[in-house]
Amino acid sequence: MSTNSIRDTFFEECEELLEALVEGLSAMEENAEDMEVVNAVFRAVHSIKGGAGAFALDRLVSFAHTFETVMDKVRSQVLKVDEELMLLFHRSGDQLADLVEAARDGREPNAESEATILKELEAHLGDADKEEEFSFDAMSLDFDAGPVALDLPDEVASVRRFDIRFNPTPALYANGHEPLLLFDALAELGALSVSADLGRLPEFDAFDPNDAVIDWQLSLETAEDETVLHEIFEFVDALCDLEISVCEDADPQPAPAHIESPAAPSLIDLPDMEDDGEDDDDPAPALVQVASSSKGGAKQAAPRDEPRGPRPTLRVDLERVDRLINTVGELIINQAMISQRIEELELPAVAHLTNELEAYKLLARDIQEGVMAIRAQPVKPLFQRMSRIVREASEATGKKSKLVTVGDSTEVDKTVIERLADPLTHMVRNAVDHGLEAPEKRLEAGKDPIGSIRLSASHRSGSVFIEIADDGAGLNRPRILEKAVEKGLVSPDAELSEQEIDNLLFLPGFSTASEVSNLSGRGVGMDVVKNAVAGLGGRVSISSAPGNGTTFTIVLPLTLAVMDGFVISISDQTMVIPIASIIETIRPNRKDLHYIGTSGEVISVRGAYVPIVDVARNLGLSAGETDISGGVLLLVSTETQGLTALRVGGIHDQRQVVIKSLESNYGAIPGVSAATILGDGKIALILDPDELVKLNPAAPFLPPASSARMELRHA
Amino acid sequence: MTTKVLAIDDSRTIRNLLRVSLEGAGFEYHSACDGVEGVEQFSEVEPDVVITDINMPNMDGFGVIQTLRSGPSRTTVPIIVLTTESGPDLKARAREAGATGWIVKPFDDASLVSVLRRLTGHVV
Repeated sequence: MSTNSIRDTFFEECEELLEALVEGLSAMEENAEDMEVVNAVFRAVHSIKGGAGAFALDRLVSFAHTFETVMDKVRSQVLKVDEELMLLFHRSGDQLADLVEAARDGREPNAESEATILKELEAHLGDADKEEEFSFDAMSLDFDAGPVALDLPDEVASVRRFDIRFNPTPALYANGHEPLLLFDALAELGALSVSADLGRLPEFDAFDPNDAVIDWQLSLETAEDETVLHEIFEFVDALCDLEISVCEDADPQPAPAHIESPAAPSLIDLPDMEDDGEDDDDPAPALVQVASSSKGGAKQAAPRDEPRGPRPTLRVDLERVDRLINTVGELIINQAMISQRIEELELPAVAHLTNELEAYKLLARDIQEGVMAIRAQPVKPLFQRMSRIVREASEATGKKSKLVTVGDSTEVDKTVIERLADPLTHMVRNAVDHGLEAPEKRLEAGKDPIGSIRLSASHRSGSVFIEIADDGAGLNRPRILEKAVEKGLVSPDAELSEQEIDNLLFLPGFSTASEVSNLSGRGVGMDVVKNAVAGLGGRVSISSAPGNGTTFTIVLPLTLAVMDGFVISISDQTMVIPIASIIETIRPNRKDLHYIGTSGEVISVRGAYVPIVDVARNLGLSAGETDISGGVLLLVSTETQGLTALRVGGIHDQRQVVIKSLESNYGAIPGVSAATILGDGKIALILDPDELVKLNPAAPFLPPASSARMELRHA
Repeated sequence: MTTKVLAIDDSRTIRNLLRVSLEGAGFEYHSACDGVEGVEQFSEVEPDVVITDINMPNMDGFGVIQTLRSGPSRTTVPIIVLTTESGPDLKARAREAGATGWIVKPFDDASLVSVLRRLTGHVV
């Protein structure tokens, strides 16, 4: 693994840690006394600091350090969390995220906000905390020297002799130290002689293997400084009786008693040496009974009753997953082809074969679902990011708001999540900016001064629903209409239903950005949001109630790679229409069909009139079905004209089709969203009902009935 | 004979860095991502030296040291604390728990290896 890829994993890890941080902070808002939560937040910041240090990302390290220090005060209950401090933590989290991002991209972070937040954080620290200013340069000095220093070029310092008395306590052995290794380290510094004092060695019967009974006397001739010696003994410092003295002998003699270990019970003349009888009163009680070694047969320690931590995961290159998905797509096509071929053979007794083929089909679908699940990710991180948007938008507009998320464990395709980030950001920002009222106004209306933005995600009937709801004043329809007229988007005398007025927001060129703040003024209108969602095969709708707020609903397919569709015939062509878009299928009765003007046709469905769109005619394939009662009507709900009945020649099959992008391989075709390969190997176009109805400008327009039904459906 | 190291740290970055340094220096590298897993791994891997972080979920570094030293394994293999904090307080606590030594993050390869050599006798 190269340093670069370690660096990459560091930033990946940072993202996870930042998510954990945001999650922890929102949990803290609920209960700041929960030490588990505070600890988790602390750890997240701490881990970022730790990793950042390894890559010398000094600014990140020092910011994280200050943040962590304040958090530590909360942890040790020196500092009490109030609303203000909580907000500061949130902002610090945001700043930390910015710093991480800047470090990753090698950019300069925003120094101004960093300085402001640092200052506010530091205000919570006493002088004592500030003194232990974090400097990791100083810290790494801890290790710069050491035995390795021996390699230094020949600086001719005078060789001196050190006499070392080293009397270990039992705790030294219990803590895993081995005197022999210490002596080896010393021997690297120069000529070393060691002698053991076995005077306290008891009789064999009385021998306790956990006791420390051997004292050592060493003599080292080295050019090194005394501090180097102390460094070698650094870890054992408090676990032994250690005395290092310099023999200021200009002419270093060989060590007095050059005897290797097991000998010399009596020690030689060192007048300044104390009597070492006091070793025994230093026995580190808790640890004396630690056995010398028991590596083998050790049983599992620490009982585990509760599940802990995240489940084990495997990190896989996304490209590999996509390759697999592609192959599974081919498998499904292949399965469809085999089915079709067998049918064509018209074998006499195919019952067996049909059963097995059916099993094959189910397996293929299982595999496909399994593979899709790999790409699925919870929307949680996406939702969490929105809390920052809400915070920043509130700050910029002077409004008070909170974000509520529901169903954030709902899983959605990774690409969908990625491509949803921008539209969602825009909508959330809009919700605060345009949706919510100022605190005073809310109070007047008898509402909580703190507005709420509710983000929810759920799976319903094979689709993903994402809702962005505010509890603001609702859409100002007169104003929207006025604006649209002003911009020439609708004629002044047009009569529009509420639903249609709401949908004006999605028109290109309609943007209320000029009115309010610099917030929404990023050149993004709702039309961009709509296109982005449509690009994912989804749709957006609005519902709004005056005084009670506005809800945007995004409906997305579960996956971008396959879908369930009806195989239909249009004129002489075979095409596919997504089942998700179809509300019901109708075989029309002549008595339910009505005409409006010369070309307008409607069907009465349970008392409401629904316009009929002839698909073949709209696609320019033929003059349309000659027999008006022939064919089948597919009831779909469209954005532009609500409920619509699409006339097609017939429905032949319902099956799962693999979506092959036309746009990237060929080009955009109006009314067609993509293509697929059918069982017989032929290519079929996949229709987009919404775009399809737009192709017919002459389509009858029946606002009241359609919008009434729309509202019913959304109620 | 290769020296087996067990590194316990909740940061993937740190584990990666340790792996590169230690495998480069000829150690056999094993790792665990929190205290509880670390203690489990210990009996499985039977390492010659343990490196542990302090601040971890589930069981912190002090817990790891205490469990290893006084739990059923009662080990005397060197246990090195790897931490960003370097206060004397922390060192005393670690020592009391039974730590053999400590390394301050960020660490550099040379000092890490030299500490490990000093504590295990591993020959590079």
